[in-house]
Amino acid sequence: MTLTGAQILWESLVREGATTVFGYPGGAILPAYDAMLDYPIRHVLVRHEQGATHMADGYARASGRVGVAVATSGPGATNMTTGIATAMMDSSPIVCITGQVGSHLIGYDAFQETDITGVTLPITKHNYLVTRPEDIAPAIREAFYIAAHGRPGPVLIDITKDAQQRTCELDWDGAVPKPHKRPGRRPHPEDYAQALRLINEARRPLILGGHGIMLSGAMHIVREFAERAHIPVAMTLLGIGAFPASHPLNLGMMGMHGEAWVNTAIQEADLLLAFGMRFDDRVTGNLTTYAPNAKKIHIEIDPSEINKNVRVDVAIVGDLRAVLEELLPDVAEGDRSEWIDSLASLKGDAAVRDIQNMPDSGHLYAAHVIHDLWHATDGNALVVTDVGQHQMWEAQYYKHDQPRSLITSGGLGTMGFALPAAIGAKIARPDAEVWAVVGDGGFQMTMAELGTIAQERLDLNVAIINNGYLGMVRQWQEFFYERRYAATPLLNPDFAKLAEAYGLTGTTVTTRPAVIPAVQAARAHRGTVVIDFQVEQEDSVFPMVPAGGDLHAMIRRPSPSPIVETSADP
Amino acid sequence: MVETHTFVVYVEDRPGVLNRVASLFRRRAFNIESLTVGHTERAGVSRMTIAVKADRTGAQRIEAHLYKLVNVINVEDITSTPSVLRDLAMIKVAATQESRSDIMQLVDVFRARVVDVAPDSLIIEITGTEDKIDSLLEVLRPYGVIEMVRTGRVAITRGTKNGSSGLAVRPPASPSDEAKVSYSV
Ligand SMILES: Cc1cc2nc3c(=O)[nH]c(=O)nc-3n(C[C@H](O)[C@H](O)[C@H](O)COP(=O)(O)OP(=O)(O)OC[C@H]3O[C@@H](n4cnc5c(N)ncnc54)[C@H](O)[C@@H]3O)c2cc1C
Ligand SMILES: Cc1ncc(C[n+]2csc(CCOP(=O)(O)OP(=O)(O)O)c2C)c(N)n1
Ligand SMILES: [Mg+2]
Repeated sequence: MTLTGAQILWESLVREGATTVFGYPGGAILPAYDAMLDYPIRHVLVRHEQGATHMADGYARASGRVGVAVATSGPGATNMTTGIATAMMDSSPIVCITGQVGSHLIGYDAFQETDITGVTLPITKHNYLVTRPEDIAPAIREAFYIAAHGRPGPVLIDITKDAQQRTCELDWDGAVPKPHKRPGRRPHPEDYAQALRLINEARRPLILGGHGIMLSGAMHIVREFAERAHIPVAMTLLGIGAFPASHPLNLGMMGMHGEAWVNTAIQEADLLLAFGMRFDDRVTGNLTTYAPNAKKIHIEIDPSEINKNVRVDVAIVGDLRAVLEELLPDVAEGDRSEWIDSLASLKGDAAVRDIQNMPDSGHLYAAHVIHDLWHATDGNALVVTDVGQHQMWEAQYYKHDQPRSLITSGGLGTMGFALPAAIGAKIARPDAEVWAVVGDGGFQMTMAELGTIAQERLDLNVAIINNGYLGMVRQWQEFFYERRYAATPLLNPDFAKLAEAYGLTGTTVTTRPAVIPAVQAARAHRGTVVIDFQVEQEDSVFPMVPAGGDLHAMIRRPSPSPIVETSADP
Repeated sequence: MVETHTFVVYVEDRPGVLNRVASLFRRRAFNIESLTVGHTERAGVSRMTIAVKADRTGAQRIEAHLYKLVNVINVEDITSTPSVLRDLAMIKVAATQESRSDIMQLVDVFRARVVDVAPDSLIIEITGTEDKIDSLLEVLRPYGVIEMVRTGRVAITRGTKNGSSGLAVRPPASPSDEAKVSYSV
């Protein structure tokens, strides 16, 4: 079959299972766009190429399938870098296709020429510069394989305009990926034996559940493991949902803004079982005082993560699910009630400080909004959060029982992620109830994608947690910079009117009793509703382990909280 | 303990591969002492010798990270394997009528060679371990070293094992082979 490179591109994407791509056209990718019309592909026209990459990422995280983004050369390609870096940090499988100037022009500073494979070298799992049509199908097949296998990640394919225009035979079977054989990665039987010994002897063990549980599809077996051995489970931010929040063994989130009792549990544990998590610095705090009493077992697919931040006693390199399947039959049934009860007793103190349990002050608190959102959606929404205080409150107060029901930018902490990622998630799972929970700052970074929502007639909802500040930064200024609020107050537009300008629905909520009705109205409405929740401006996220601080030395919410008066308009 | 680790790395001979390897070391703040690259006995396969200062954990991380590069075929840390390590230097040294014969004697002692003679300078070529070259350099300094170029370390393990022949270079694989082959991560 003789085809143009552009036709081979779409033929290959379709054969790899792609049905939707998120993109933005331009000169160097025009041949591909022209050919696209003849293939069964839904193209979502974004408003900025960063949005395309976050949409592909949201699509991938919601569904487990590879997300695809398309852009032109030069500025189109460089606009993608933030989304690519975000996917890299959080191990999300996306494939980015960029057009490139003609191969004879490469190196001559041609119009819109950027060395995008050079630029993205450190933020992709792999990338390709393709200058011949013959190389397109092999690159795409291999890219999909690499993006989705092992530790997932982004792959970029830069295709010159002439490679899109020239023709060749499509040899699909010859384009099969041919990975190198790697030296033995099989875990040592002795490692299994030692892990089992540590597990069966531990009196105060704790599972640290990470994103890898979801990536490995190990939700079920982790649960069996925890129940059988009677071991409590703490989650990383990206692990949330991998183990049901309502399960009695689930303690909640660990780390910088994790629950106080979870961090205490880590410091007191005699064994940590790290399942598909990478001991991020927001998880460990000060490494020299981290979990001083615990032996550590790390089950992890990426050997370069072993002993990176935390030295472990047993490392088992492999797919989490496969490893647990091997271990589980030999894990002794346990009764660790004493340990679990002692942890439960720590919660009492925290409950007193919990803002949910404080008398109604008449102010609207973000934590209340999240709590009510959880309630009103029966805990079944697919929530996509942005970065900042609202992200932490969501993690603390929306109880996720389902895997892939919280999507958030953890490793890169990319503001502007939520709205486009929510679009990708909704398109991947049209039946899901999708909510973007986003700060007033981050929303304004990518709010142009409201245009995409309108054009694609999408039905998702947006909860803006509007505190009039770059709240998380303001909080650091309050705690660590003597309340000198440098460049954190925001002058915001009328978000409800903005939504209306796009032909969407906008509402504004300023009191607690109005929260649930507004959420229910948005749920009942066909089409996207943007709710501007105007909340307490100077509230802070508690508890907090200052960056690099000791896990057991958390800043706690004063108990009971003196209600901070709303400051004058910033 | 931080020491110099020597890695022998087989890579696909493709554009940009050297850049990928160098970029990895820069990005991860690994401290390269030298990196050499050249063809092997096998078409399509290049071989790098990389000398890098690291402790044991660091060396394991370097190996793991190298394997994450798709174009890397095989990595071996030969630091504790019996090996022959060589560096090659060419040293241009000032040589007057009077000093010339002294320098020639030193060259003999070090089993180096004079490869160019000019009225007021000599070029000396020496192959050996880095230590040996450093020592020669030391004794030549008083005469006036004008210019020097070194290749950096190349290394090969002793005995018959290894070489690129045993390497599977992009073997034909069907997706069902996945369990056996993987792009590490
Ligand atoms: C404002 C802000 C505050 C934050 N505060 C916190 C906080 O309080 N607590 C917190 O936890 N995080 C917090 N984070 C997020 C934090 O930065 C990290 O992103 C997060 O901790 C990473 O979680 P993870 O290790 O589970 O996931 P990832 O970073 O995605 O790592 C997943 C790991 O699993 C491995 N893996 C992948 N597939 C498999 C498989 N099949 N089998 C086995 N292993 C596999 C990967 O190799 C990787 O090592 C915060 C982020 C922001 C922006
Ligand atoms: C692109 C980007 N720029 C800057 C930051 C640093 N940053 C982290 S949180 C934050 C404030 C976010 O403000 P807002 O979106 O209003 O959310 P809030 O914290 O108020 O809930 C900033 C500026 C970032 N994470 N991402
Ligand atoms: Mg804000």
